[in-house]
Amino acid sequence: MSAVGDFSVVAIVKDARKPSRFFRFMRRNPEIAWGGFLLALMALLSVAAPWLGTIDPRAISTASRLRPPSAEHWFGTDMLGRDLYSRVLYGGRISLTIGVLSAAFSALFGTAIGLMSAFGSVLDAVIMRIMDGIMSIPAVLLAIALMAVAGASVQNVILAVTIVESPRVARLIRGIVLSLKQQPYVDAAIAAGSSMPKIVIRHLLPGIVGPLIVQATFVWATAMMLEAALSFIGAGTPPSIPSWGNIMSDGKALWQVKPFLIFIPAGFLSVTLLAVNLLGDGLRDLLDPRLSKGI
Amino acid sequence: MLIYAIRRVLMAIPVMGVVALMVFGLLYITPGDPAMVIAGDQATPDQIARIRVSLGLDQPPYIRFGTWIWQVLRGDLGTSIFSNQTVAHMIDQRLEPTVSLLILSIVISISAGVPLGVAAAWKKGKAVDRALSIFTTAGFSIPVFVAGYALAFVFASNLHWLPVQGFTPIADGFWPFLRSLILPAVTLSLVYSAVIARVTRAAMLEVLSQDYIRTAQAKGVGPMLILFRHALKNAAVPVVTIIGIGIATLFGATVVTENVFAIPGLGRLTVDAILHRDYPIIQGVVLLSSATYVLINLIVDLLYTLVDPRISY
Repeated sequence: MSAVGDFSVVAIVKDARKPSRFFRFMRRNPEIAWGGFLLALMALLSVAAPWLGTIDPRAISTASRLRPPSAEHWFGTDMLGRDLYSRVLYGGRISLTIGVLSAAFSALFGTAIGLMSAFGSVLDAVIMRIMDGIMSIPAVLLAIALMAVAGASVQNVILAVTIVESPRVARLIRGIVLSLKQQPYVDAAIAAGSSMPKIVIRHLLPGIVGPLIVQATFVWATAMMLEAALSFIGAGTPPSIPSWGNIMSDGKALWQVKPFLIFIPAGFLSVTLLAVNLLGDGLRDLLDPRLSKGI
Repeated sequence: MLIYAIRRVLMAIPVMGVVALMVFGLLYITPGDPAMVIAGDQATPDQIARIRVSLGLDQPPYIRFGTWIWQVLRGDLGTSIFSNQTVAHMIDQRLEPTVSLLILSIVISISAGVPLGVAAAWKKGKAVDRALSIFTTAGFSIPVFVAGYALAFVFASNLHWLPVQGFTPIADGFWPFLRSLILPAVTLSLVYSAVIARVTRAAMLEVLSQDYIRTAQAKGVGPMLILFRHALKNAAVPVVTIIGIGIATLFGATVVTENVFAIPGLGRLTVDAILHRDYPIIQGVVLLSSATYVLINLIVDLLYTLVDPRISY
């Protein structure tokens, strides 16, 4: 009888501890809490767009052009009579997807290039000169040049951002791996006869993961900003697909008379960027104390 | 020092070589005929043939690259496909607004960012520091064109203090020239000064914890003298470095900002070139801005010894 009683007490304590630990973590890391909350909200809004009272974001209605925000059109309508609320919610899907995929691809290629560079001496010199060269081209201009050649499409925006951002990830990973290689435990692993793949996976990757996640969140923010900038100047997501940058690009001709055409999508984009940046700052303090003093 | 300078200059050459190769090669890594890529979907065979000849596509790639590099080194950036003017001439025409905008932005950013960073480090954890933290986070989160529209909306559309759009050349008077540049320059400064302020704060915090600062305080040196004479000097290297590196972001942001404020500079030229698929112009602008960036960072590297006498090569 007493054993059963003990067991139930433990279960209750365990149940009570679970949420409190979560909330304690969030209280201690307000940046992660706020960033995560805002980001989750934005993601939810764009994923659940079809069930949130939206209409077809591409439906043109010449009868109701440039309506101010009202009960029927919460954010008003644009110059083609398209519902801005629907466009902004669906636009979030494209902007967030481009951000996430660009961050993932940049992290993947950047890590691969960085590892390759850290392990080969001649290769290192060649790779790093190429990376230096790519990083000497201002990011926006390189992305513009790539888009001008590749043509406007969502895939090409992701490709352009990945080409622009991978070298920055590669340089970071290379630096970390070079310093980890000096650690005695890596020497010990080599002396013990561990194979190269095993050393990389067991001893080096754990040291990379933290900084990589932090860097990836910043690439995510940069990617969404680049998408918006490219689409805004007419070299990003094609006009037929609504993205936050695109919606602003549509609105720029009339922004002085209808400022909401710019400022509503701008607000969504800025809040999302703020969320990702807060999340990145919080994760950096949490995962990578060495970097938290710098930028 | 001289040997270091020579070595540093030699190091910049392969970097520029890679840049040139990228700028040149971009057109050829895409599948299909570059002439058709440039000409676009609605081009006639005649137009495509004309572009093919003007690009020298009948020759092998390494000869084309060699010829192109030789021409670029002599200042010949090719001919615009759309307007038939030389790219060098078209860039030259658009240089004044962009260069003025960049210089004004750099001046504003440094004179706002450095004191802000110093103040935040001095009053660490106090109101100034928290305000800076909010400002820098906002600076990184608000896209440059959004900030531009917000500033134009408040100070031009509503308050009518400054012109909404356009650029007045300096030849038409200094005051109208400056008025037309204030809003775009402040827009560009938001993110750039945020970066400078953050780095200044971090570098100052490092220096302020050192013994000689405590000594200076103990012997009764005033805070202004300590901060700007004793500490800032030793915190200068990271600050100068980030000013150099940040120039790249500034170049990119200029393209977008010129578009917001309808400034007829290199950014507008680039955007118009995208619409016309005028690749030689994009090549020219990318090459020029990258070369400027490499040159500025070369100068920054060489300045280290002047800024910090402890560094010697």
